[in-house]
Amino acid sequence: MSIKINRYKCGYCGACVGVCPGGALELVETWVEVNDCCTSCGLCAKICPVGAIEVNK
Amino acid sequence: MKEMYDLIVVGGGPGGAIAAKNAAELGLDVLLIEKRQEVGDPVRCAEGVSKICLSDHIEPDPRWICADLTGSRIYSPDGTMVEMSEEMSGGEVGYVLERKVFDRALVDQCARAGAEVRVKTRATGLIMEKGVVCGIYAMHLGEEYEIHSKIVIGADGMESKVGRWAGIDTSLKPADMETCVQYLVTDIDIDPQFCDFYLGNEIAPAGYLWVFPKGENMANIGVGILGSKSGDHRAIDYLDKFMRDVYPEGRIIEMVYGGVPVSGPIEKTVSDGLILVGDAARQSDPITGGGIINAMEAGKIAAEVAADAIKKGDYTTDTLNEYETLWRSTIGKEIEYSLVVKETFIKSTDKDLNHLAQSLSNVNFYSLSLKDLLYALFKANKKLLWDLRGLFRDVVNNNFEFKYKKNQFD
Repeated sequence: MSIKINRYKCGYCGACVGVCPGGALELVETWVEVNDCCTSCGLCAKICPVGAIEVNK
Repeated sequence: MKEMYDLIVVGGGPGGAIAAKNAAELGLDVLLIEKRQEVGDPVRCAEGVSKICLSDHIEPDPRWICADLTGSRIYSPDGTMVEMSEEMSGGEVGYVLERKVFDRALVDQCARAGAEVRVKTRATGLIMEKGVVCGIYAMHLGEEYEIHSKIVIGADGMESKVGRWAGIDTSLKPADMETCVQYLVTDIDIDPQFCDFYLGNEIAPAGYLWVFPKGENMANIGVGILGSKSGDHRAIDYLDKFMRDVYPEGRIIEMVYGGVPVSGPIEKTVSDGLILVGDAARQSDPITGGGIINAMEAGKIAAEVAADAIKKGDYTTDTLNEYETLWRSTIGKEIEYSLVVKETFIKSTDKDLNHLAQSLSNVNFYSLSLKDLLYALFKANKKLLWDLRGLFRDVVNNNFEFKYKKNQFD
């Protein structure tokens, strides 16, 4: 996993899941999970309405 | 939970609930699963909905209606206001809902119609046999289940996985999504019967800011910006600025985040044994972002097509394509129109928007039909709206039926 989700900021809206091209993210009840398909493309961090995601490139 | 159903519906929002309810009423053995432990919570919606079509699906109930709207006002970047009243839109404008109560009422309806409902139950994959969807893998309280069905309806929202699992690419580009933040604000001076929209690249780049009343002195105030414009400044920054500038006295009693698909229709919404409905099928309106009515209309069509398919014993894409045809020729048409409008809108500069609003400032709206309004708008702004000429022509020639006109903005 190469993104970091600040769960204190995240409002589990799932916008990041909708733009993830590889399907690496999943909105489970009230948290977002990341799997190994993540390529650190950064779209999730861009779309997040509150800036809860950081990408480690 | 049994091991086999006629139909499994994934997602307990308006699209899924209406699909499950109609399918149960048509005699199917239905399971509806919802991953959250509470239906309708957390809310990811501005809660505005038009009255047209709503009562086809559920009897309006004061328990989930917070405000009955009589009109809307649109503010251009320089503050020019365009007001559209109930009289003008040819009838009723809309409601502001309490989604937590509304969504539960819809699921209540579907449970009473005979569908089995499971909350805190999440689909984790599709059971596929030779490329045909024939059930789901689900997780409930940490236990994994295999549940078979003849057809699966994916109504799993903006963050949908069901389509992807079946090989339908539903991923959105940032430019295909509005990223939104909303506060429920109380103790403010607002008109409880009007919804307000604020436009402008300083306020909401390629999106809009809304103030939807939720009763006396209370409103949903939110902003959506196009994902491609999000970065250094995010939706929350635009909203905080507006709150400081316009409602510094407001008290925030709820925060809502969300993403709204504005891509327009995706290439396909069915595959063997599978139908996608609502935000999962990207059926939200690209200009307003409204999705509730479209999802409910699509859910009803999906249920009817599923019931026919099950009667025939044929769940292949060929049979389920009837759904594709039906939704694209009804709600799909309006989505296509909105997409054309959106493409022009997101290219508009503040100057363009001001010009459009000013061209309407001398028009007496109370005496005009929507058709006349659009005609006047186009006549005064031919150059700006040239890309939309086909749409205006259709409207003026009455080719565009307003049967599905919803004027919704949830």
